[in-house]
Amino acid sequence: MADQQEILSGLAEIVNEVAGVPVDSVQLDKAFTDDLDIDSLSMVEVVVAAEEKFGVKIPDDDVKDLRTVGDAVTYIAQAGA
Amino acid sequence: MSGAALAPRRGAEYSRILGIGAYRPSRVVTNDEICEHIDSSDEWIRERSGIITRHFAAADESVVDMAAAASEKALASAGISADQVDAVIVGTVTHLWQTPSAAAELAFRLGAGTPAAFDISAACAGFSYGLTIAQDLIRGGSATCVVVVGVEKLSDLTDPTDRSTAFIFGDGAGAAVVGASDSPGIGPVVWGSDGSQTEAIIQDTPWDVLRDDPTHKFPSLRMSGQQVFRWAVYEMAKVAQEALDVAGITVDDLDAFIPHQANMRITDAMMKKLALPESVVVARDIAETGNTSAASIPLAMGRMLEEGQIKSGDVALLIGFGAGLVYSAQVVVVP
Repeated sequence: MADQQEILSGLAEIVNEVAGVPVDSVQLDKAFTDDLDIDSLSMVEVVVAAEEKFGVKIPDDDVKDLRTVGDAVTYIAQAGA
Repeated sequence: MSGAALAPRRGAEYSRILGIGAYRPSRVVTNDEICEHIDSSDEWIRERSGIITRHFAAADESVVDMAAAASEKALASAGISADQVDAVIVGTVTHLWQTPSAAAELAFRLGAGTPAAFDISAACAGFSYGLTIAQDLIRGGSATCVVVVGVEKLSDLTDPTDRSTAFIFGDGAGAAVVGASDSPGIGPVVWGSDGSQTEAIIQDTPWDVLRDDPTHKFPSLRMSGQQVFRWAVYEMAKVAQEALDVAGITVDDLDAFIPHQANMRITDAMMKKLALPESVVVARDIAETGNTSAASIPLAMGRMLEEGQIKSGDVALLIGFGAGLVYSAQVVVVP
């Protein structure tokens, strides 16, 4: 299973691919909407790409709880555990 | 029991679209006008949906009025007279008469005599469903010339104060005339439904609630944007690919991709998933027409023909998807 750092760097690549956000900007304390300007539809693209990359399921109902990059990293780590 | 054998009937093996007609109501509604009722902005709406304007029908303009205008154009472009039409199919979810159908009145208005006529409820997949039904009626010998219409007056079922849907929908009609062909002009359909996601796009109140409580707010459509986006992009891209596969072609054989005009972001994401080559022209009618549900595919095809983006004989992939959830895709030859 990927560790937190691997998940963070994988997620950063996805966010970069979906929304053009520089990889270095994707840090644990950054909020998807307020800091990275990821809107609700781009968030779906990020989530689905993360599901494929990390082999986890992230239902729509849980997506709204993923406010920060750290939230997503923790969720993916737990879902894949 | 007489044991008498019934006479079989068989129609033309192949069919194609003979003509397309589009009708947009005259009133153009800007994002700024939409934002008089919701806390949003022109920029936000464009970013989230790609929509710049949409058309709203006049209060006294019915779905049958719009359907008739589109159908007359389709018949003219096909070179077919109304009396040759022996079936009329209307895909709509906004004909607010439970009965009779829009199709029966439309057939009469067109001067088509007494053809078979019925409505289908397949939401944004209505036109694509209708094409398949027309194709099979012709193949089965039940009809020889079918008018298929997608028409919506979504402004009747839109809550102008609902921030998540008020900017999406528009009104309009698109029609096709379908008839026999020497070669396949409508590919095999890939279609289906997912009733587990009924709530994703839904009329928020059934009609009987108004009977029980006449003061109840008039019904309107509700949509779970993220849920629909995920389904549309990731599940529908697979359906679109399957429609190519069963037609025996690849994306490299395509001239045009004409998806239901749900949201520009859905179209963009589907294009990426399908890995369409740059040579494929993609329908973007949503920018000026909004999401017109069943009408969106023929409206987009009509615009692409008018603007010379596609031409007769081109090969186009169509895919409709929407409330139900339901979906339908097929490859067609452009008339």
